[in-house]
Amino acid sequence: MGFVASRWRTANLNKLDEWALGGRGFGTIVSWFLLGGDLYTAYTFIAVPALVFGAGAIGFFAVPYTTIAYPFVFVVMARFWTVANNRNYVTIADFVRDRFGDRSLEIAIALTGFAAAMPYIALQLLGMQVIFAQYLGAGPHAQAAENIALILSFAILAAYTYTSGLRAPALIAFVKDGLLYITIIAAIVYIPARLGGWGHIFAAAATALKAHRPPGTLILPPNLYFAYASLAFGSAMSLFIYPHSITSLLSARSRLVIQRNSALLPLYSMLLALLALLGYCALAAHVATKDANYAIPLLFKAYFPDLFLGVAFAAIVIGALVPAAIMAIGSANLFASNVFQEFHKDRPRDQTRHAKLLCLAVCGAGLLIKLFVPVEYAIYFQLLGGSLMLQAFPSTVFALYTRWFHPRALLAGWAVGIVASVAMAKAVGFKAVFPLPTGGGHVLVGYIALYAVLVNILIAAVLTPIFKAMRWKAGADLTTAADYV
Amino acid sequence: MKRRVWYWLLSLPFVATLYPPFYARRDPVIFNFPFFYWYQLLWVVLAALVVGIVLLAAGDKNDV
Repeated sequence: MGFVASRWRTANLNKLDEWALGGRGFGTIVSWFLLGGDLYTAYTFIAVPALVFGAGAIGFFAVPYTTIAYPFVFVVMARFWTVANNRNYVTIADFVRDRFGDRSLEIAIALTGFAAAMPYIALQLLGMQVIFAQYLGAGPHAQAAENIALILSFAILAAYTYTSGLRAPALIAFVKDGLLYITIIAAIVYIPARLGGWGHIFAAAATALKAHRPPGTLILPPNLYFAYASLAFGSAMSLFIYPHSITSLLSARSRLVIQRNSALLPLYSMLLALLALLGYCALAAHVATKDANYAIPLLFKAYFPDLFLGVAFAAIVIGALVPAAIMAIGSANLFASNVFQEFHKDRPRDQTRHAKLLCLAVCGAGLLIKLFVPVEYAIYFQLLGGSLMLQAFPSTVFALYTRWFHPRALLAGWAVGIVASVAMAKAVGFKAVFPLPTGGGHVLVGYIALYAVLVNILIAAVLTPIFKAMRWKAGADLTTAADYV
Repeated sequence: MKRRVWYWLLSLPFVATLYPPFYARRDPVIFNFPFFYWYQLLWVVLAALVVGIVLLAAGDKNDV
């Protein structure tokens, strides 16, 4: 199916636009499936309920996170789409290059996106592996069989993405999301009824959470208010700077497609919220697992009939392939357009060829990370990746509205933000939140990404007037006011 | 200028969902769902409606 996609409304697949952005021609419905399949990844669908299963209320932050992301998209990303469409950008680093005329900043932003996407691709494989493990059982050769299944799936993924580009995941997203909606709606109707209703589920979950180490709660406690809000806000702000989000956004045919989808995509947030609540169902059903990631698959296995279990598991496996393909395309674009291009000017045809080859390399690298790096590290890096990605916020989102910042001040802020993110994450053993001392022995527990980006913005704001006073020459702005409207 | 006025509506979901002291409570329970959960589920829908209203009032008209 992914291969057939190359024939779907094609023009010349040697053009980067055509291969990487589906010819910038997707309408409201295709974009809805594509963005939905891209943003709500298999890993999300495994990890969010797992967090709720393990820690309770704090895991529900994914709901306000995916609620506030869309008003933001409606205003800010629609503006980005406009300038990208007018000036033919394929990546967000293309915009940074034109806006500031600064190659170092462009490369910094491109590498950030690349670094954030790689562990994310590896984690899609984790989503698949969790499912394969259910099927293949725990026999002596289970590990080998799982790995073979992973390698085969990923080889297919790499091949169809190479030939068809973004059209492949767009077409597959229809199947994936269809299966996913059926699965989750069935689960949310059927499983709670079997478990004695929501009243019983919440009560049983509250009891089970109390026994956890550290104990979880059903209602968010005051000491986690700021952590909750900052996780939701910080995640929402970084979501659309990720290369895979940008790739899907730019494939839209018009700004209206993006605006409409800002009102329609929350249907996926509702799905995610219901899925998060299945984490409580797993608690109420006394699902026993050492690894919280297995909570939902085990719940499905215990309650769904075999045939339907197949549909559910297929949904998650295919669900991993769609975002993985788009992430590979997005990161390949960043490398081909913004890193290679700065050192060696390619002709457009070569640039597309390089992007395609890089896309294969990225898939391969994702697979290697999954097979040879302990999974805890992939999860750490993915958490850290969100924090790194947000450090691109001032150079990209602020830049859509103002050119006041000096590019070298932004670069300095970015560098400090990256170092601060890594340092804070390392200090707390790679968790998402950091207890910031606020004096008098008090701490404010908040999302590392948000703390780091505040430092980042502060540095950029302080250095800008200094660099301007020093008359440090900044590059030219190639965009005009007319490009943004 | 008129367009900008409508855009202010889009700040509502931020205010409503980013201040947990508002909603981190159990009561009132509706359909056996604690307030903390149904309030946030409700805002998924309300935020979509708010965006929809702004889209109709101040969004693009042409799909070109």
